[in-house]
Amino acid sequence: MRNRKNYLLLIVMGLLFSVLVACSAADNAAGASEPEESDPETTDEGSSETEGEASGEESDTIKVGILHSLSGTMAISETSVRDSELLAIKEINANGGVLGKQIEPVIEDGASDWPTFAEKAKKLLQQDEVATIFGGWTSASRKAMLPVVEENNGLLWYPVQYEGMEASPNIFYTGAAPNQQIVPAVSWLLENRGTKFFLLGSDYVFPRTANAAIKAQLEADGGELIGEEYTPLGHTDYNTIIAKIKSEQPEVIFNTLNGDSNVAFFKQLKDAGISTDDLTVLSVSVAEEEIKGIGADVIEGHLTSWNYYQTTDTPENEEFVAAYKAEYGDDAVTADPIEAGYFGVYLWAAAVEAAGTTDVDAVKEAAKGIEFDAPGGPVKVDGDNQHVYKTVRIGEVRSDGQIDELWNSGEPLKPDPYLEGYDWASDLSEALSQ
Amino acid sequence: MSELMLTLFNGASLGSILLLIALGLAITFGLMNVINMAHGELIMIGAYVTYVMQNLFISYLPSQYFDFYFILAIPVALLVAAGFGMIMEFSLIRFLYKRPLDSLLATWGVGLMLQQLARSIFGAPNVGVKSPSFLNGGLEVGTLLLPYSRLFILGLSITCLIGIYYYFYRTASGRRVRAVMQNRQMAECLGVSTRKVDLLTFAIGSGFAGVAGCAITLLGAIGPALGTSYIIDAFMVVVVGGVGALFGAVAGAFGIGFFNTAFEYLTNASIGKVLIFLLIIAFLQWRPSGLVTSRSRSLD
Repeated sequence: MRNRKNYLLLIVMGLLFSVLVACSAADNAAGASEPEESDPETTDEGSSETEGEASGEESDTIKVGILHSLSGTMAISETSVRDSELLAIKEINANGGVLGKQIEPVIEDGASDWPTFAEKAKKLLQQDEVATIFGGWTSASRKAMLPVVEENNGLLWYPVQYEGMEASPNIFYTGAAPNQQIVPAVSWLLENRGTKFFLLGSDYVFPRTANAAIKAQLEADGGELIGEEYTPLGHTDYNTIIAKIKSEQPEVIFNTLNGDSNVAFFKQLKDAGISTDDLTVLSVSVAEEEIKGIGADVIEGHLTSWNYYQTTDTPENEEFVAAYKAEYGDDAVTADPIEAGYFGVYLWAAAVEAAGTTDVDAVKEAAKGIEFDAPGGPVKVDGDNQHVYKTVRIGEVRSDGQIDELWNSGEPLKPDPYLEGYDWASDLSEALSQ
Repeated sequence: MSELMLTLFNGASLGSILLLIALGLAITFGLMNVINMAHGELIMIGAYVTYVMQNLFISYLPSQYFDFYFILAIPVALLVAAGFGMIMEFSLIRFLYKRPLDSLLATWGVGLMLQQLARSIFGAPNVGVKSPSFLNGGLEVGTLLLPYSRLFILGLSITCLIGIYYYFYRTASGRRVRAVMQNRQMAECLGVSTRKVDLLTFAIGSGFAGVAGCAITLLGAIGPALGTSYIIDAFMVVVVGGVGALFGAVAGAFGIGFFNTAFEYLTNASIGKVLIFLLIIAFLQWRPSGLVTSRSRSLD
């Protein structure tokens, strides 16, 4: 009898253990407010921290911090942003550096753990005395670094689109604000693809915040909300939701699913016989890199909304893609956050040149209105909220996994993180920024 | 009416997936009482074998044979995963049969190592596997469209089940396995080599995890951490079904499949998951040893 009790205890422990493992994975991902974590539990064995320990003479170099997750859940997405930032630094150094000095990157690993981001940011600012930090991906990591950079009057360049409702004086946001990705996508869909919307997202803060805004916009612009579903992160079975989609027959699915769930959803949608003739799926968390894992044949013809695609037709992009591939191999693809990380470094360098010093307040002042021809088109720093003017691009996935642009906003849109320019969002921004 | 039918089909389909991922575990955990936390990684190995087979076919064979890669991948996945299982059993598990808690930690470590191995070989991002063309589309029944891939998985899990049943209950080798699991000393006295039986049984259990991995490529993401999304479901099915009872796993899988689908249909995915866990907790209060109880040597 005693044996039996022990035995059952073991089973319970075994289960508990596995639940814990899964929970910690889910927690990591749940903290992530941004798209593109395609793969939980990812450690990139290729990432080394040696690059930062080069040359010694302080006077000839300007130290900058690079703080991304190089291990853990988010490494899969963040290592490529680190790569593009290092590429930008390398290019700037080859052209003589800034203020005649070489830029020396100090690379730290945020380890997909939000307190670690705060700790490393503190280390970079206080110990290494870096001029600025490039880093972060998830909103959770940004929110962890925010008080640190504000307290130490440091600088942070944050490269990922996010849910808005924030504007720290010590952070420059080079990713899209909601009005530069989600809002125009909804307007475009209403005009071109239909008014019956079905919202599908992973069950955490980013999709729920984004969908709250979308619902307000639909109500104001004459759209119809047919259904709204959330699934836990890492959900693998979409049969039931697809059954609901079939019976409710939306014209548009607005997809804010994150990570591996996208693969399951698109594969099962295709198996269920639903094609792009029946409805349009627009995703805001699927870029070139994710498409490789989903399979281009499965997602072909569906839409995405970003500010940059590898196919974006500018001379700067041609050079950027060539340089990126030369550095990281022919199989490497570029994507929106990779581009945002890249031009963030250039914006900072231009601001430093303009200020004539790396002093944070002077650089912030000089950064106002500074412009740069980024691979995704011209960008300009907005002096009020330190976000960036960017061109919105809606694209369609091709059979080779690249994305063709269907529409763009024509000119860079002014960033509006609090959605102040939209009447329908007036109640929303108050409710959400709390 | 058609919605009810569809929900029933979806339940059966989810049940068959659960059954497939839990069958191997029903053998290694159910029969042998090894808490094998690396089961999910054996599933992952099966999925990557499918990916490798696909690439081999693309590189070396004319494109009209492409579809056969999937058929061939199933036995190859079974053998490769069984091979990994044998290595695990021989180098690690056999020292831990009497120390289940240690085996839990050790197999978890093995799981992490296998994940890292996959990452080193195939890279951290997900890889894509193209479904064979004969599994595209679906069978139309009235207004319903039943995807061929789902029907295929349903068929595959039933085939595996029949195979396992035949082996354990109709062959001499399977009889020896059951004899060892039920009374080891007695079996040894009668001249059964229990070492060989242990090795073989663990390899079979691991092999079926490989088959499950092969099937899962039709449905979801293939990445190094694939196993972690399925391991909990697998343990859940075996515990609900009754540890030590192979056919309990069948009832457990389809029970969980139907209830999960129904709950999800009536509420939403997150609440559905909560409800199914509540139901399982309540059920285990009522029947702590699962649906089908059986006596085996370690349960005495």
